[in-house]
Amino acid sequence: MSKLHVTTSVNGQPEEVLCEPHQSLLDVLRDELGLTGTKEGCSTGDCGACSVTLDGRLVCSCLVLAAEAEGKEVGTIEGVANPDGLHVLQQKFLEHAALQCGICTPGFIVAAKVLLERDPNPDETTIRYWLAGNLCRCTGYDKIIRAVQDAATELAHEA
Amino acid sequence: MAEAHDLKVIGTRPVRPDGVEKVTGRANFGADLHLPGMIHGKVLRSPYAHARIKSVDVSGALAMEGVLAAVCRSDFPEETDDLGRNVIARDKVLYHGHAVAAVAATTPLLAEQALDAIKVDYDVLEPVLSIDQAIADGATLVNEEMHTNGDASQPASNVAAITKFERGDAEKGFAEADVVVEGEYRVPMAHQGYIEPHACTATINEEGKITVWCSTQGHFDVRTQTAAILGTSISKVKVIASEIGGGFGGKLSVYLEPLAVKLSELSNRPVRMVMNREEVFRATGPTSATWCKAKVGAKKDGTITAATAWLAYEAGAFPGAPVGPGCMSVLAPYDLENFSIEGLDVLVNKPKVAAYRAPGAPQAMHAMECAIDDLARELGMDPIDLRLKNAADEGTQAPYGPKFPAIGLKACLEAAKAHPNYTSPVPEGCGRGVACGFWFNIGMQSSAEVLIREDGTVIINEGSPDIGGSRASMCLMAAETLGIPYERINAHVADTESTGYCNMTGGSRTTFATGMAVVQACEDIIAQCKERAAMTWDIDADQVDWDDGQAVPKPGVNADVDPLSLADIARAWGRTGGPILGRASVNAQGAGAGFSVNWTDLAVDRETGKVDVKAYTAIQDAGRAIHPAYVEGQMQGGAAQGLGWALNEEYIYDDNGVMENAGFLDYRVPVASDLPMIDTQIVEVPNPTHPYGVRGVGETPITAPLAATSNAVCDALGFRVSELPMSPPRLLEAIDSQEG
Amino acid sequence: MGDYAYAAPTSLEEALSVLEAQANDGQRTQILAGGTDVLVQMRSIDKEPRTLVDIKHIAETNALSIGADEIFIGAAIPSAALNENDELKGLLPGLIEAADLIGSTQIQGRATIGGNLCNSSPAGDTIPALVVVSAVCVIASPGGSREVAVGDFVTGVGENCLESNEILVGLKIPRPGNNSADAYLRFIPRTEMDIAVAGAAVALTLDEGGTCTSARVAIGAVAPTVLLVEAASAALVGTKVDDDALNAAAAACSDAASPITDKRGTVEYRTKVVGVLCKRAGGIARDRASS
Repeated sequence: MSKLHVTTSVNGQPEEVLCEPHQSLLDVLRDELGLTGTKEGCSTGDCGACSVTLDGRLVCSCLVLAAEAEGKEVGTIEGVANPDGLHVLQQKFLEHAALQCGICTPGFIVAAKVLLERDPNPDETTIRYWLAGNLCRCTGYDKIIRAVQDAATELAHEA
Repeated sequence: MAEAHDLKVIGTRPVRPDGVEKVTGRANFGADLHLPGMIHGKVLRSPYAHARIKSVDVSGALAMEGVLAAVCRSDFPEETDDLGRNVIARDKVLYHGHAVAAVAATTPLLAEQALDAIKVDYDVLEPVLSIDQAIADGATLVNEEMHTNGDASQPASNVAAITKFERGDAEKGFAEADVVVEGEYRVPMAHQGYIEPHACTATINEEGKITVWCSTQGHFDVRTQTAAILGTSISKVKVIASEIGGGFGGKLSVYLEPLAVKLSELSNRPVRMVMNREEVFRATGPTSATWCKAKVGAKKDGTITAATAWLAYEAGAFPGAPVGPGCMSVLAPYDLENFSIEGLDVLVNKPKVAAYRAPGAPQAMHAMECAIDDLARELGMDPIDLRLKNAADEGTQAPYGPKFPAIGLKACLEAAKAHPNYTSPVPEGCGRGVACGFWFNIGMQSSAEVLIREDGTVIINEGSPDIGGSRASMCLMAAETLGIPYERINAHVADTESTGYCNMTGGSRTTFATGMAVVQACEDIIAQCKERAAMTWDIDADQVDWDDGQAVPKPGVNADVDPLSLADIARAWGRTGGPILGRASVNAQGAGAGFSVNWTDLAVDRETGKVDVKAYTAIQDAGRAIHPAYVEGQMQGGAAQGLGWALNEEYIYDDNGVMENAGFLDYRVPVASDLPMIDTQIVEVPNPTHPYGVRGVGETPITAPLAATSNAVCDALGFRVSELPMSPPRLLEAIDSQEG
Repeated sequence: MGDYAYAAPTSLEEALSVLEAQANDGQRTQILAGGTDVLVQMRSIDKEPRTLVDIKHIAETNALSIGADEIFIGAAIPSAALNENDELKGLLPGLIEAADLIGSTQIQGRATIGGNLCNSSPAGDTIPALVVVSAVCVIASPGGSREVAVGDFVTGVGENCLESNEILVGLKIPRPGNNSADAYLRFIPRTEMDIAVAGAAVALTLDEGGTCTSARVAIGAVAPTVLLVEAASAALVGTKVDDDALNAAAAACSDAASPITDKRGTVEYRTKVVGVLCKRAGGIARDRASS
């Protein structure tokens, strides 16, 4: 099988990879680019642990071929914090103890960040339905929702 | 023991020490390790639930390009135990998905394609797929050599063991009762559902020294089990625990590690093996499906006069269902004179069950807490009042023998009664259900080393993989003991060569037992600091106090000196004897039982059978909540798992013993939109045997929700559904047959 | 066994010629839009290597137009994009809702109506909704273009009338009038993420007095393909779509259903619930058409 040459951009950085046609973006991020922050939980798009943004849209990277990232902007957990420090969401997750084992946390943060960029003042139901594609088995979601609500409030104050 | 108001940092909610790594994606979990030259292993799994293996031929796989190793049963020592027989099948495959062979290749796709080239010759046998089938006359035997309780004078059986607890005379007690209630209940097989699949990377060098990186709840056990299955000694095996993405009991046994080591040996390359989600469901360790009967009798005033329970648990392919703990838990909340409990450990052709958070208790307590609920209804008593009337307390003899020391069941019940979520009326169209929860919690062995840096900051090394924030609790307990700020302490989960022996993270033992070791190691540090200060001041060590992080002369001691902080003492340690390190190891006794009370308000759509959970409240005795946010988190997480199990989660098998819903699409765990906020209240009845009063909190939370949910549905519908999950088709059928 | 390959043609012509060239080489091809079904199946039930032909870079499959008489939705437009289009949501609320129900936010970022239709699952959420709004499939073939009513497109479980050298370009839908509206409801055991256990779509038109002048009712996940239930439509036409009419329509749906028992539901359950959904969806469509 001959490899494909894919030119893409990850967290604002240009990247070139050689990959096989069937390889997912998830595989390539983790195994070729060493960005292991995005996790594999199911490979069927049912758990959200592999959430990334693709041209700003929230997607499961296990259901995107690496080849489909050609010419696109990929956003992963590694790009959420900025040079000055943690993103408000990351800070709130820590303050609210919104993680226990932490495996789902990158996916939740990427997903919640997209939500707050589109809807700066979401109510509880909106948050829960937006995040329904991110499974957490440890927390029962309560503290995650509170962390997102608190982050929304703080981001609104900063704005 | 310090009173709550004397504590300075315990009970606060600082950010956990591993937190930044986890929210930025830097933390390394089981599949995140990348070694140069690493190749990929995959497992060939049985397509049959029950079959004799006539032959296995891996030569076809080895002939393929890119395949560097292949193993089957002949590559492992024949003399082994059930775990070894589970890791790779020997004369029989005993469940669909049972590992039969494994290969390692340069890419995961090549490894997977190579599995198709392995030839296995099976003699297919009839599978046994339920307790009913397993105990029927003339049942096919899962293991022809199995005799109940080892009694070879009886015919071979699928019932591996029968456990009994008895006290008094239950029949007499029922005769004295004014009201007797009984029920029969079915709970399905369920999976822990951790989001991180099993993963490991293994290497072995030419001296036979093995290194394993893996996601596990107990890396010392990985060492023991891997060494045993491979027939090597533990001195040749080093295990490094990665961060773990959930376990709940399902990551206490090895599945991949011995295979990965053997493949590494044969290929001379590091081998990574990661399960996919389907394999996790089919071939790891879900918990027992059960068939339980509960009967309870009481006088008109609510005094329970007798109770009995018959608890049959599916063990899967090998004996070891958690029916013992189920028997221990089923009547634990009650002070009874007369009871009889019988538990059966039953073999079936399904995966070997593993622990799932309070293993055995949710199923048994579901049965009894539902019966108690029906009893309350019959007596016209409030369900909490009925429980208060019969509640176990300090001095009550537990059904499994020992007398309870101080426990918090009554405190939880009283707190529930007074809680606004309970005093408020049940919302329109909803039902409310209450249940008690319990777990005995364990102690076992832990070690801790505390190292001081030259600047007086502190490193804790311990061996408890952190599944829920335990490093934060270790730092809090150390900060409290040493009297220094939390931020000056860091805790590490060290590998098996770098810290003293430690039992697994499970049994709700970590904050209790490893915490005890950490506290004692800090006390060792304090003792040494007092000696160093005494040396500095030229007085005796027993004339020195440790107060608020500093050495000070005891009151009345004649020494005009300034206090010496840990930093001061460290800075000068060259003059007083050298670097300072402390250590402790414990075989922790006196783990305190943890009781809870949960209730939920929910509505049932009578046209579709769908349940909408509107509110959930959990009250639990934590002894002392070291980090309250993580205690609350355990309560909420266990509640969510219990709700999922009660309403939608189940293993669905076809007639051939093949799981039909081996994925997160059709194995339906709760999603964020399924649940409301989960309100919690922590009660603290300190456990006198722990320096800070800690009781384990991790497991109790899953033991009440199954019954709380069942009782709420019963309240909403006006009749009981005794089989879980109460999924919409089951509820609608029950509703229609009541109305029809 | 061949190998996997990937192609991203930038025009319909190029796409058709890729399909033909691959076929000539004896290589299996599969159209790739959102990938949320294809990639899952590729790793589980259908592991045969193939050339994936990505149609997301073609102008026509990405076209979205709302005209005076007709709406066109390109086959490659993700559900999330459709749900951001307020005008489209106002005209076809049921269809766009159906698209919004597929999976999670992440799935909706990729999944397309075209792909959902071509996957041809008995439970595909958009299909009943497409049927009741009388959608027509626009198909590109080597010989030119052809059109197939969506009700004729799916021919069996996982099967449709597309040849392997053809591409679904998009869906053409007559623009609904002012007093017309559609609705789609499905039953799932959780609140999100599940495959529909049963689904019902209703599109209807009311006159100024609130009497139904036309209706289409389609049910999904209760037969190998979506069923258009004429008897349910008949039960609504000429009525004010009140409880009696809706109950009659619901009964007609339950009668028409021929579901299976599987891990998601039993025959009895699906039969009963599809009726309940028809009743509830009918009520929503009526309320939308009146407002």
